Amino acid sequence: MSDVRRADICAVAIAECFRGDGEIMANPIGTLPRVGGLLARLSFEPDLVMTDGEAMLVNADGVVEAWNPYRTMFDVVWSGRRHVMMGGSQLDPFGNHNFAGIGDMKRPKAQLLGMRGAPGNTVNDKTSYWIPNHSPRVFVEKVDVVSGVGYDRARAAGPAATRYHQLRFVVTNLGVLDFESPDHRMRLRSVHPGVTVDEVVEATGFDLAPNGDVPETRLPTNDELRLLDDVADPGGDRFTEVKDQ
Amino acid sequence: MADKRMTAAEVVGELRDGMTIGVGGWGSRRKPMALVRELLRSPVRDLTVVSYGGPDVGLLCAAGKVAKVVFAFVSLDSIALEPHFRNAKQAGEVDTLELDEGMFLLGLQAAAWRVPFLPTRVGLGSDVVERQPEIRMVTSPYDDGEELAAMPALKLDVALIHQNRADASGNAQFLGPDLYFDDLMVQAADRAFVSCERVVDTADLLKEGSHHTLRISRLWIDGVVETPNGAHFTSCVPDYDRDEAFQRDYAKAAASPETWAEFKAAWLDVSEDDYQRKVAGLGR
Repeated sequence: MSDVRRADICAVAIAECFRGDGEIMANPIGTLPRVGGLLARLSFEPDLVMTDGEAMLVNADGVVEAWNPYRTMFDVVWSGRRHVMMGGSQLDPFGNHNFAGIGDMKRPKAQLLGMRGAPGNTVNDKTSYWIPNHSPRVFVEKVDVVSGVGYDRARAAGPAATRYHQLRFVVTNLGVLDFESPDHRMRLRSVHPGVTVDEVVEATGFDLAPNGDVPETRLPTNDELRLLDDVADPGGDRFTEVKDQ
Repeated sequence: MADKRMTAAEVVGELRDGMTIGVGGWGSRRKPMALVRELLRSPVRDLTVVSYGGPDVGLLCAAGKVAKVVFAFVSLDSIALEPHFRNAKQAGEVDTLELDEGMFLLGLQAAAWRVPFLPTRVGLGSDVVERQPEIRMVTSPYDDGEELAAMPALKLDVALIHQNRADASGNAQFLGPDLYFDDLMVQAADRAFVSCERVVDTADLLKEGSHHTLRISRLWIDGVVETPNGAHFTSCVPDYDRDEAFQRDYAKAAASPETWAEFKAAWLDVSEDDYQRKVAGLGR
Protein backbone atom coordinates (compact mmCIF):
# COMPACT_ATOMS: atom_id res chain seq x y z
CA MET A 1 0.00 0.00 0.00
CA SER A 2 3.05 2.21 -0.16
CA ASP A 3 1.67 4.42 -2.89
CA VAL A 4 -1.96 4.39 -1.70
CA ARG A 5 -2.73 7.80 -0.32
CA ARG A 6 -5.20 8.83 2.37
CA ALA A 7 -7.38 10.68 -0.13
CA ASP A 8 -7.73 7.48 -2.18
CA ILE A 9 -8.85 5.60 0.91
CA CYS A 10 -11.38 8.34 1.69
CA ALA A 11 -12.68 8.23 -1.89
CA VAL A 12 -13.25 4.48 -1.67
CA ALA A 13 -14.84 4.80 1.79
CA ILE A 14 -17.23 7.39 0.35
CA ALA A 15 -17.98 5.18 -2.64
CA GLU A 16 -18.82 2.34 -0.23
CA CYS A 17 -21.51 4.55 1.36
CA PHE A 18 -23.52 4.22 -1.86
CA ARG A 19 -23.14 0.44 -2.16
CA GLY A 20 -26.51 -1.22 -2.56
CA ASP A 21 -28.34 2.01 -3.40
CA GLY A 22 -29.29 0.88 -6.92
CA GLU A 23 -31.20 3.27 -9.17
CA ILE A 24 -31.52 6.33 -6.95
CA MET A 25 -29.89 9.72 -7.10
CA ALA A 26 -26.49 9.86 -5.46
CA ASN A 27 -25.94 13.47 -4.50
CA PRO A 28 -22.49 13.77 -3.00
CA ILE A 29 -21.80 17.45 -2.29
CA GLY A 30 -18.18 18.63 -2.15
CA THR A 31 -14.89 17.64 -3.69
CA LEU A 32 -14.19 14.19 -2.27
CA PRO A 33 -17.87 13.17 -2.03
CA ARG A 34 -18.21 13.88 -5.75
CA VAL A 35 -15.10 11.83 -6.55
CA GLY A 36 -16.26 8.97 -4.32
CA GLY A 37 -19.78 9.03 -5.73
CA LEU A 38 -18.45 8.91 -9.29
CA LEU A 39 -16.21 6.00 -8.32
CA ALA A 40 -19.21 4.07 -6.95
CA ARG A 41 -21.08 4.56 -10.21
CA LEU A 42 -18.04 3.67 -12.34
CA SER A 43 -17.60 0.41 -10.44
CA PHE A 44 -20.16 -1.39 -8.29
CA GLU A 45 -23.26 0.88 -8.50
CA PRO A 46 -23.68 1.57 -12.22
CA ASP A 47 -27.36 2.53 -11.96
CA LEU A 48 -26.82 5.55 -9.70
CA VAL A 49 -28.22 8.80 -11.09
CA MET A 50 -26.02 11.88 -10.71
CA THR A 51 -26.18 15.59 -11.54
CA ASP A 52 -23.68 17.74 -13.43
CA GLY A 53 -23.59 20.00 -10.37
CA GLU A 54 -26.25 22.21 -11.86
CA ALA A 55 -29.51 21.52 -13.70
CA MET A 56 -28.77 18.36 -15.67
CA LEU A 57 -28.56 14.68 -14.89
CA VAL A 58 -25.59 13.20 -16.73
CA ASN A 59 -24.65 9.58 -17.17
CA ALA A 60 -21.23 8.06 -16.56
CA ASP A 61 -20.09 9.25 -20.01
CA GLY A 62 -21.10 12.82 -19.22
CA VAL A 63 -24.09 12.62 -21.55
CA VAL A 64 -27.19 14.54 -20.47
CA GLU A 65 -29.97 12.08 -19.67
CA ALA A 66 -32.57 14.34 -18.04
CA TRP A 67 -33.32 17.91 -17.02
CA ASN A 68 -33.20 18.42 -13.25
CA PRO A 69 -33.71 22.06 -12.30
CA TYR A 70 -33.96 22.90 -8.60
CA ARG A 71 -37.72 22.51 -8.74
CA THR A 72 -37.34 18.92 -9.84
CA MET A 73 -34.67 18.29 -7.25
CA PHE A 74 -37.24 18.76 -4.50
CA ASP A 75 -39.49 16.21 -6.23
CA VAL A 76 -36.60 13.77 -5.97
CA VAL A 77 -35.73 14.64 -2.37
CA TRP A 78 -39.30 14.42 -1.12
CA SER A 79 -39.92 11.14 -2.93
CA GLY A 80 -37.04 9.50 -1.07
CA ARG A 81 -35.17 8.59 -4.24
CA ARG A 82 -31.90 10.07 -3.12
CA HIS A 83 -28.85 9.50 -0.95
CA VAL A 84 -27.16 12.77 -0.13
CA MET A 85 -23.72 13.28 1.35
CA MET A 86 -23.25 16.70 2.96
CA GLY A 87 -20.40 18.46 4.68
CA GLY A 88 -20.92 19.99 8.11
CA SER A 89 -19.29 22.32 10.60
CA GLN A 90 -20.57 20.46 13.66
CA LEU A 91 -21.94 16.96 14.30
CA ASP A 92 -23.21 15.58 17.61
CA PRO A 93 -23.40 11.98 18.94
CA PHE A 94 -26.79 11.29 17.34
CA GLY A 95 -26.01 12.87 14.00
CA ASN A 96 -27.53 16.30 14.49
CA HIS A 97 -25.75 18.47 11.99
CA ASN A 98 -24.94 22.15 11.78
CA PHE A 99 -23.69 24.20 8.89
CA ALA A 100 -26.04 27.11 9.57
CA GLY A 101 -23.99 29.14 12.04
CA ILE A 102 -21.78 29.09 15.13
CA GLY A 103 -23.21 30.59 18.30
CA ASP A 104 -26.74 31.93 18.61
CA MET A 105 -28.97 31.05 15.66
CA LYS A 106 -30.36 34.57 15.28
CA ARG A 107 -27.20 36.47 16.13
CA PRO A 108 -24.35 34.08 15.46
CA LYS A 109 -20.68 34.59 16.16
CA ALA A 110 -20.14 33.22 12.67
CA GLN A 111 -22.92 33.00 10.12
CA LEU A 112 -22.31 29.96 7.92
CA LEU A 113 -24.33 28.53 5.03
CA GLY A 114 -27.82 28.67 6.53
CA MET A 115 -30.23 25.74 6.61
CA ARG A 116 -29.86 25.03 2.87
CA GLY A 117 -31.56 21.67 2.21
CA ALA A 118 -30.40 19.88 5.35
CA PRO A 119 -33.73 19.74 7.23
CA GLY A 120 -35.54 18.27 4.25
CA ASN A 121 -32.74 15.93 3.25
CA THR A 122 -32.46 14.30 6.64
CA VAL A 123 -36.17 13.58 7.19
CA ASN A 124 -36.77 12.36 3.63
CA ASP A 125 -33.71 10.51 2.38
CA LYS A 126 -30.68 8.50 3.23
CA THR A 127 -28.09 10.96 4.45
CA SER A 128 -24.35 10.57 5.01
CA TYR A 129 -21.80 13.16 6.05
CA TRP A 130 -18.29 13.95 4.87
CA ILE A 131 -15.91 15.58 7.37
CA PRO A 132 -12.43 16.21 5.94
CA ASN A 133 -11.06 17.52 9.26
CA HIS A 134 -12.02 15.13 12.04
CA SER A 135 -11.55 17.15 15.24
CA PRO A 136 -13.27 17.97 18.56
CA ARG A 137 -14.34 21.28 17.03
CA VAL A 138 -16.51 19.40 14.55
CA PHE A 139 -17.54 16.41 16.66
CA VAL A 140 -19.22 18.19 19.56
CA GLU A 141 -21.51 17.12 22.40
CA LYS A 142 -24.18 19.57 21.20
CA VAL A 143 -24.44 21.45 17.92
CA ASP A 144 -25.19 25.18 18.10
CA VAL A 145 -27.94 25.03 15.46
CA VAL A 146 -29.71 21.91 14.18
CA SER A 147 -29.83 22.06 10.38
CA GLY A 148 -29.65 18.30 9.68
CA VAL A 149 -31.77 16.18 12.01
CA GLY A 150 -30.18 13.48 14.20
CA TYR A 151 -31.79 10.32 15.55
CA ASP A 152 -32.73 11.75 18.96
CA ARG A 153 -34.26 14.90 17.55
CA ALA A 154 -36.19 12.96 14.91
CA ARG A 155 -37.56 10.63 17.59
CA ALA A 156 -38.60 13.59 19.75
CA ALA A 157 -40.34 15.20 16.76
CA GLY A 158 -42.52 12.14 16.29
CA PRO A 159 -43.43 9.50 13.70
CA ALA A 160 -43.72 11.94 10.80
CA ALA A 161 -40.06 12.85 11.33
CA THR A 162 -38.72 9.31 11.83
CA ARG A 163 -40.74 7.68 9.04
CA TYR A 164 -38.15 8.21 6.29
CA HIS A 165 -35.24 9.42 8.44
CA GLN A 166 -32.05 7.43 7.92
CA LEU A 167 -28.56 8.66 8.69
CA ARG A 168 -26.08 6.20 7.22
CA PHE A 169 -22.39 7.00 7.47
CA VAL A 170 -19.93 9.66 8.49
CA VAL A 171 -16.72 9.46 6.49
CA THR A 172 -13.79 11.52 7.76
CA ASN A 173 -10.09 11.87 7.04
CA LEU A 174 -9.49 9.42 9.91
CA GLY A 175 -12.14 6.75 9.53
CA VAL A 176 -15.76 5.78 8.95
CA LEU A 177 -18.49 6.07 11.56
CA ASP A 178 -22.11 4.93 11.60
CA PHE A 179 -25.18 4.96 13.84
CA GLU A 180 -25.77 1.22 14.08
CA SER A 181 -25.67 1.07 17.88
CA PRO A 182 -28.80 0.22 19.95
CA ASP A 183 -29.68 3.87 20.63
CA HIS A 184 -28.16 5.23 17.39
CA ARG A 185 -25.24 6.86 19.16
CA MET A 186 -22.41 7.32 16.68
CA ARG A 187 -19.84 4.52 16.66
CA LEU A 188 -16.58 3.92 14.92
CA ARG A 189 -17.02 1.53 12.01
CA SER A 190 -13.47 1.47 10.68
CA VAL A 191 -10.22 3.38 10.93
CA HIS A 192 -8.25 4.29 7.83
CA PRO A 193 -4.96 2.40 7.48
CA GLY A 194 -2.32 4.27 9.48
CA VAL A 195 -4.84 5.67 11.99
CA THR A 196 -5.36 4.23 15.49
CA VAL A 197 -8.65 3.99 17.35
CA ASP A 198 -7.15 6.19 20.05
CA GLU A 199 -6.46 8.92 17.53
CA VAL A 200 -10.11 8.94 16.48
CA VAL A 201 -11.31 8.93 20.09
CA GLU A 202 -8.96 11.82 20.80
CA ALA A 203 -10.29 13.77 17.83
CA THR A 204 -13.93 13.24 18.80
CA GLY A 205 -15.47 15.60 21.35
CA PHE A 206 -17.96 13.06 22.73
CA ASP A 207 -18.05 9.39 23.72
CA LEU A 208 -18.54 7.03 20.80
CA ALA A 209 -20.68 3.93 21.24
CA PRO A 210 -18.53 0.83 21.85
CA ASN A 211 -17.82 -1.38 18.85
CA GLY A 212 -15.36 -4.10 19.88
CA ASP A 213 -12.35 -4.51 17.63
CA VAL A 214 -12.60 -1.86 14.96
CA PRO A 215 -11.35 -3.03 11.55
CA GLU A 216 -9.37 -1.01 9.05
CA THR A 217 -11.09 0.73 6.16
CA ARG A 218 -10.46 -1.35 3.07
CA LEU A 219 -7.78 -0.38 0.59
CA PRO A 220 -8.63 0.65 -2.96
CA THR A 221 -8.22 -2.04 -5.60
CA ASN A 222 -5.90 -1.43 -8.54
CA ASP A 223 -8.96 -0.96 -10.74
CA GLU A 224 -10.33 1.65 -8.37
CA LEU A 225 -7.04 3.54 -8.26
CA ARG A 226 -7.02 3.59 -12.06
CA LEU A 227 -10.61 4.87 -12.18
CA LEU A 228 -9.78 7.59 -9.67
CA ASP A 229 -6.72 8.75 -11.60
CA ASP A 230 -8.16 8.43 -15.10
CA VAL A 231 -11.86 9.23 -14.77
CA ALA A 232 -13.25 10.30 -11.41
CA ASP A 233 -10.54 12.81 -10.48
CA PRO A 234 -7.84 13.16 -13.13
CA GLY A 235 -6.93 16.61 -11.77
CA GLY A 236 -6.15 15.17 -8.34
CA ASP A 237 -8.48 17.54 -6.47
CA ARG A 238 -8.89 14.91 -3.76
CA PHE A 239 -5.25 15.31 -2.69
CA THR A 240 -5.82 19.02 -2.08
CA GLU A 241 -8.74 18.32 0.24
CA VAL A 242 -7.13 15.47 2.20
CA LYS A 243 -3.38 15.56 2.73
CA ASP A 244 -1.31 12.50 3.50
CA GLN A 245 -0.75 12.34 7.22
CA MET B 1 -51.76 43.89 -25.29
CA ALA B 2 -50.77 46.62 -22.88
CA ASP B 3 -47.28 48.07 -23.21
CA LYS B 4 -45.86 47.63 -19.70
CA ARG B 5 -42.38 48.92 -20.38
CA MET B 6 -41.06 51.20 -17.69
CA THR B 7 -37.78 52.37 -16.19
CA ALA B 8 -36.01 50.91 -13.18
CA ALA B 9 -36.66 54.17 -11.36
CA GLU B 10 -40.38 53.84 -12.04
CA VAL B 11 -40.34 50.32 -10.59
CA VAL B 12 -38.57 51.47 -7.45
CA GLY B 13 -41.04 54.36 -7.26
CA GLU B 14 -43.71 51.75 -6.57
CA LEU B 15 -41.92 50.49 -3.46
CA ARG B 16 -42.70 51.70 0.06
CA ASP B 17 -40.95 51.44 3.41
CA GLY B 18 -41.70 48.20 5.23
CA MET B 19 -42.72 46.22 2.16
CA THR B 20 -42.00 42.53 1.67
CA ILE B 21 -39.96 42.15 -1.52
CA GLY B 22 -39.26 38.85 -3.26
CA VAL B 23 -36.15 38.70 -5.41
CA GLY B 24 -35.78 36.04 -8.12
CA GLY B 25 -32.71 34.10 -9.18
CA TRP B 26 -30.64 31.79 -7.00
CA GLY B 27 -27.41 32.61 -5.14
CA SER B 28 -25.29 34.61 -7.56
CA ARG B 29 -27.30 33.60 -10.61
CA ARG B 30 -29.68 35.73 -12.71
CA LYS B 31 -30.42 38.30 -10.05
CA PRO B 32 -32.28 41.49 -11.06
CA MET B 33 -29.22 43.51 -10.09
CA ALA B 34 -30.08 46.67 -12.06
CA LEU B 35 -33.36 46.89 -10.14
CA VAL B 36 -31.53 46.19 -6.88
CA ARG B 37 -29.00 48.94 -7.67
CA GLU B 38 -31.85 51.35 -8.35
CA LEU B 39 -33.41 50.37 -5.03
CA LEU B 40 -30.09 51.08 -3.30
CA ARG B 41 -30.21 54.63 -4.67
CA SER B 42 -33.74 55.18 -3.31
CA PRO B 43 -34.80 56.23 0.21
CA VAL B 44 -36.90 53.05 0.68
CA ARG B 45 -36.04 51.10 3.85
CA ASP B 46 -37.19 48.60 6.49
CA LEU B 47 -37.75 45.95 3.86
CA THR B 48 -38.41 42.27 4.41
CA VAL B 49 -36.41 40.52 1.70
CA VAL B 50 -37.47 37.04 0.57
CA SER B 51 -34.78 35.47 -1.55
CA TYR B 52 -32.78 32.43 -2.52
CA GLY B 53 -30.14 34.81 -1.44
CA GLY B 54 -27.10 36.14 -3.22
CA PRO B 55 -25.56 39.60 -3.60
CA ASP B 56 -29.06 41.09 -3.77
CA VAL B 57 -29.41 40.36 -0.06
CA GLY B 58 -25.82 41.37 0.70
CA LEU B 59 -26.11 44.73 -1.05
CA LEU B 60 -29.46 45.60 0.52
CA CYS B 61 -28.13 44.65 3.98
CA ALA B 62 -24.93 46.63 3.53
CA ALA B 63 -26.97 49.65 2.47
CA GLY B 64 -29.13 49.42 5.60
CA LYS B 65 -32.34 48.76 3.67
CA VAL B 66 -33.29 45.52 5.38
CA ALA B 67 -35.29 44.82 8.54
CA LYS B 68 -35.70 41.09 7.96
CA VAL B 69 -34.37 38.41 5.65
CA VAL B 70 -36.35 35.28 4.81
CA PHE B 71 -33.77 32.81 3.54
CA ALA B 72 -32.44 29.26 3.28
CA PHE B 73 -28.97 30.45 2.29
CA VAL B 74 -27.23 33.62 1.20
CA SER B 75 -24.33 32.70 -1.03
CA LEU B 76 -22.20 33.98 -3.88
CA ASP B 77 -21.78 30.40 -5.19
CA SER B 78 -18.09 30.63 -6.04
CA ILE B 79 -17.69 32.39 -2.67
CA ALA B 80 -19.72 30.19 -0.35
CA LEU B 81 -20.67 32.79 2.26
CA GLU B 82 -22.07 36.24 1.42
CA PRO B 83 -19.82 38.50 3.52
CA HIS B 84 -22.07 41.56 3.62
CA PHE B 85 -25.02 39.53 4.81
CA ARG B 86 -22.78 37.84 7.40
CA ASN B 87 -21.70 41.24 8.72
CA ALA B 88 -25.31 42.37 9.09
CA LYS B 89 -26.50 39.19 10.75
CA GLN B 90 -23.54 38.87 13.08
CA ALA B 91 -24.02 42.50 14.14
CA GLY B 92 -27.67 41.82 14.93
CA GLU B 93 -28.80 44.35 12.32
CA VAL B 94 -31.35 42.10 10.62
CA ASP B 95 -34.09 39.82 11.86
CA THR B 96 -34.48 36.52 10.03
CA LEU B 97 -36.80 33.67 9.18
CA GLU B 98 -34.57 30.70 8.38
CA LEU B 99 -36.00 28.04 6.12
CA ASP B 100 -35.07 24.89 4.31
CA GLU B 101 -34.73 25.54 0.55
CA GLY B 102 -37.78 23.42 -0.17
CA MET B 103 -39.97 24.97 2.54
CA PHE B 104 -39.22 28.25 0.84
CA LEU B 105 -40.72 26.88 -2.38
CA LEU B 106 -43.80 25.72 -0.45
CA GLY B 107 -44.25 29.15 1.14
CA LEU B 108 -44.21 30.83 -2.26
CA GLN B 109 -46.51 28.16 -3.68
CA ALA B 110 -48.99 28.61 -0.82
CA ALA B 111 -49.05 32.36 -1.43
CA ALA B 112 -49.48 31.79 -5.17
CA TRP B 113 -52.38 29.39 -4.59
CA ARG B 114 -53.95 31.68 -1.98
CA VAL B 115 -53.92 29.10 0.80
CA PRO B 116 -52.54 29.92 4.28
CA PHE B 117 -49.98 27.11 4.40
CA LEU B 118 -48.82 23.87 2.83
CA PRO B 119 -48.07 20.81 4.96
CA THR B 120 -44.64 19.24 4.82
CA ARG B 121 -42.35 16.82 6.56
CA VAL B 122 -39.51 19.23 5.92
CA GLY B 123 -38.28 21.10 8.97
CA LEU B 124 -39.47 18.53 11.54
CA GLY B 125 -36.87 18.04 14.26
CA SER B 126 -34.66 20.87 12.94
CA ASP B 127 -34.30 24.33 14.45
CA VAL B 128 -36.36 25.70 11.56
CA VAL B 129 -39.38 24.38 13.40
CA GLU B 130 -38.08 23.91 16.94
CA ARG B 131 -36.72 27.42 17.41
CA GLN B 132 -38.96 29.54 15.23
CA PRO B 133 -42.52 29.91 16.57
CA GLU B 134 -43.49 31.46 13.21
CA ILE B 135 -43.59 27.91 11.82
CA ARG B 136 -46.52 26.05 13.36
CA MET B 137 -47.64 22.45 13.17
CA VAL B 138 -50.71 20.86 11.59
CA THR B 139 -52.26 17.44 12.16
CA SER B 140 -53.47 15.50 9.17
CA PRO B 141 -57.29 15.19 9.28
CA TYR B 142 -57.00 11.79 7.58
CA ASP B 143 -56.47 8.36 9.13
CA ASP B 144 -52.67 8.66 9.20
CA GLY B 145 -52.95 11.55 11.67
CA GLU B 146 -49.41 12.68 10.85
CA GLU B 147 -48.16 15.82 12.56
CA LEU B 148 -46.49 17.93 9.92
CA ALA B 149 -45.01 21.39 9.63
CA ALA B 150 -47.44 23.98 8.24
CA MET B 151 -45.25 26.13 6.01
CA PRO B 152 -46.98 29.54 6.00
CA ALA B 153 -47.63 31.39 2.75
CA LEU B 154 -44.80 33.80 1.89
CA LYS B 155 -47.00 36.59 0.60
CA LEU B 156 -45.01 39.24 -1.24
CA ASP B 157 -45.94 42.85 -1.83
CA VAL B 158 -43.61 43.04 -4.82
CA ALA B 159 -41.50 40.57 -6.78
CA LEU B 160 -38.43 41.56 -8.80
CA ILE B 161 -37.03 39.03 -11.28
CA HIS B 162 -34.62 39.07 -14.22
CA GLN B 163 -35.11 37.07 -17.41
CA ASN B 164 -33.16 36.78 -20.63
CA ARG B 165 -35.94 38.10 -22.91
CA ALA B 166 -39.40 39.58 -22.53
CA ASP B 167 -41.95 41.26 -24.71
CA ALA B 168 -43.41 44.65 -23.89
CA SER B 169 -46.47 43.13 -22.25
CA GLY B 170 -44.57 40.99 -19.76
CA ASN B 171 -44.27 37.57 -21.35
CA ALA B 172 -40.79 36.61 -20.23
CA GLN B 173 -38.30 33.96 -21.23
CA PHE B 174 -35.40 32.21 -19.51
CA LEU B 175 -32.75 30.78 -21.83
CA GLY B 176 -30.43 29.30 -19.20
CA PRO B 177 -30.53 25.86 -17.58
CA ASP B 178 -32.84 26.73 -14.69
CA LEU B 179 -35.83 28.98 -14.14
CA TYR B 180 -35.09 28.80 -10.39
CA PHE B 181 -38.32 29.92 -8.68
CA ASP B 182 -38.97 33.11 -10.60
CA ASP B 183 -42.44 31.93 -11.65
CA LEU B 184 -43.46 31.33 -8.04
CA MET B 185 -41.97 34.67 -6.99
CA VAL B 186 -44.21 36.60 -9.36
CA GLN B 187 -47.24 34.45 -8.55
CA ALA B 188 -46.74 35.01 -4.81
CA ALA B 189 -46.65 38.79 -5.23
CA ASP B 190 -49.31 41.49 -5.42
CA ARG B 191 -47.21 43.29 -8.01
CA ALA B 192 -44.39 41.88 -10.10
CA PHE B 193 -41.72 43.46 -12.26
CA VAL B 194 -39.42 41.73 -14.68
CA SER B 195 -36.17 43.14 -15.97
CA CYS B 196 -34.62 41.52 -19.00
CA GLU B 197 -31.58 41.62 -21.23
CA ARG B 198 -33.63 42.58 -24.25
CA VAL B 199 -37.26 43.39 -25.02
CA VAL B 200 -38.30 41.64 -28.23
CA ASP B 201 -41.44 41.34 -30.31
CA THR B 202 -43.77 38.64 -29.03
CA ALA B 203 -43.38 36.85 -32.35
CA ASP B 204 -39.61 36.66 -31.83
CA LEU B 205 -39.71 34.95 -28.41
CA LEU B 206 -39.61 31.46 -29.92
CA LYS B 207 -36.63 32.32 -32.14
CA GLU B 208 -34.13 31.79 -29.33
CA GLY B 209 -35.71 29.07 -27.24
CA SER B 210 -38.43 26.41 -27.34
CA HIS B 211 -41.87 26.94 -25.89
CA HIS B 212 -40.57 25.35 -22.68
CA THR B 213 -38.61 28.54 -22.00
CA LEU B 214 -41.76 30.68 -21.89
CA ARG B 215 -42.64 30.16 -18.27
CA ILE B 216 -43.65 33.69 -17.22
CA SER B 217 -46.88 34.94 -18.76
CA ARG B 218 -47.99 38.58 -18.84
CA LEU B 219 -50.83 37.48 -16.55
CA TRP B 220 -48.46 37.94 -13.65
CA ILE B 221 -46.42 40.94 -14.72
CA ASP B 222 -47.03 44.62 -13.99
CA GLY B 223 -43.94 46.12 -15.52
CA VAL B 224 -41.08 45.28 -17.89
CA VAL B 225 -37.68 46.95 -17.76
CA GLU B 226 -35.02 46.46 -20.42
CA THR B 227 -31.70 46.35 -18.55
CA PRO B 228 -28.90 45.04 -20.77
CA ASN B 229 -26.25 43.35 -18.60
CA GLY B 230 -28.76 43.99 -15.83
CA ALA B 231 -27.88 40.86 -13.86
CA HIS B 232 -24.22 41.86 -13.65
CA PHE B 233 -22.18 40.71 -11.71
CA THR B 234 -24.29 37.59 -11.31
CA SER B 235 -24.56 35.08 -14.14
CA CYS B 236 -27.19 35.33 -16.84
CA VAL B 237 -26.35 32.45 -19.12
CA PRO B 238 -26.34 32.09 -22.05
CA ASP B 239 -26.05 35.87 -22.38
CA TYR B 240 -23.07 36.08 -20.00
CA ASP B 241 -21.35 34.32 -17.12
CA ARG B 242 -20.78 35.65 -13.64
CA ASP B 243 -18.12 38.37 -13.42
CA GLU B 244 -15.95 36.54 -10.90
CA ALA B 245 -13.30 39.23 -10.63
CA PHE B 246 -15.92 41.89 -9.92
CA GLN B 247 -17.60 39.61 -7.42
CA ARG B 248 -14.29 39.10 -5.60
CA ASP B 249 -13.89 42.87 -5.30
CA TYR B 250 -17.45 43.16 -4.06
CA ALA B 251 -16.79 40.49 -1.42
CA LYS B 252 -13.54 42.16 -0.33
CA ALA B 253 -15.44 45.41 0.19
CA ALA B 254 -17.07 43.79 3.24
CA ALA B 255 -13.76 43.99 5.12
CA SER B 256 -14.43 47.36 6.79
CA PRO B 257 -16.71 50.41 6.63
CA GLU B 258 -13.94 52.17 4.67
CA THR B 259 -13.69 49.50 1.97
CA TRP B 260 -17.48 49.43 1.68
CA ALA B 261 -17.59 53.23 1.33
CA GLU B 262 -15.03 53.01 -1.46
CA PHE B 263 -16.97 50.31 -3.30
CA LYS B 264 -20.24 52.18 -2.83
CA ALA B 265 -18.81 55.44 -4.17
CA ALA B 266 -17.31 53.72 -7.18
CA TRP B 267 -20.15 51.38 -8.14
CA LEU B 268 -23.40 52.23 -6.38
CA ASP B 269 -23.55 56.01 -6.09
CA VAL B 270 -23.58 56.21 -9.87
CA SER B 271 -26.35 55.84 -12.43
CA GLU B 272 -26.97 52.48 -14.08
CA ASP B 273 -25.65 53.90 -17.36
CA ASP B 274 -22.42 55.00 -15.68
CA TYR B 275 -22.17 51.66 -13.88
CA GLN B 276 -22.45 49.78 -17.16
CA ARG B 277 -19.98 52.12 -18.87
CA LYS B 278 -17.48 51.54 -16.07
CA VAL B 279 -18.02 47.78 -16.18
CA ALA B 280 -17.45 47.82 -19.95
CA GLY B 281 -14.30 49.83 -19.31
CA LEU B 282 -12.91 47.05 -17.13
CA GLY B 283 -12.42 45.21 -20.41
CA ARG B 284 -13.30 41.78 -19.06
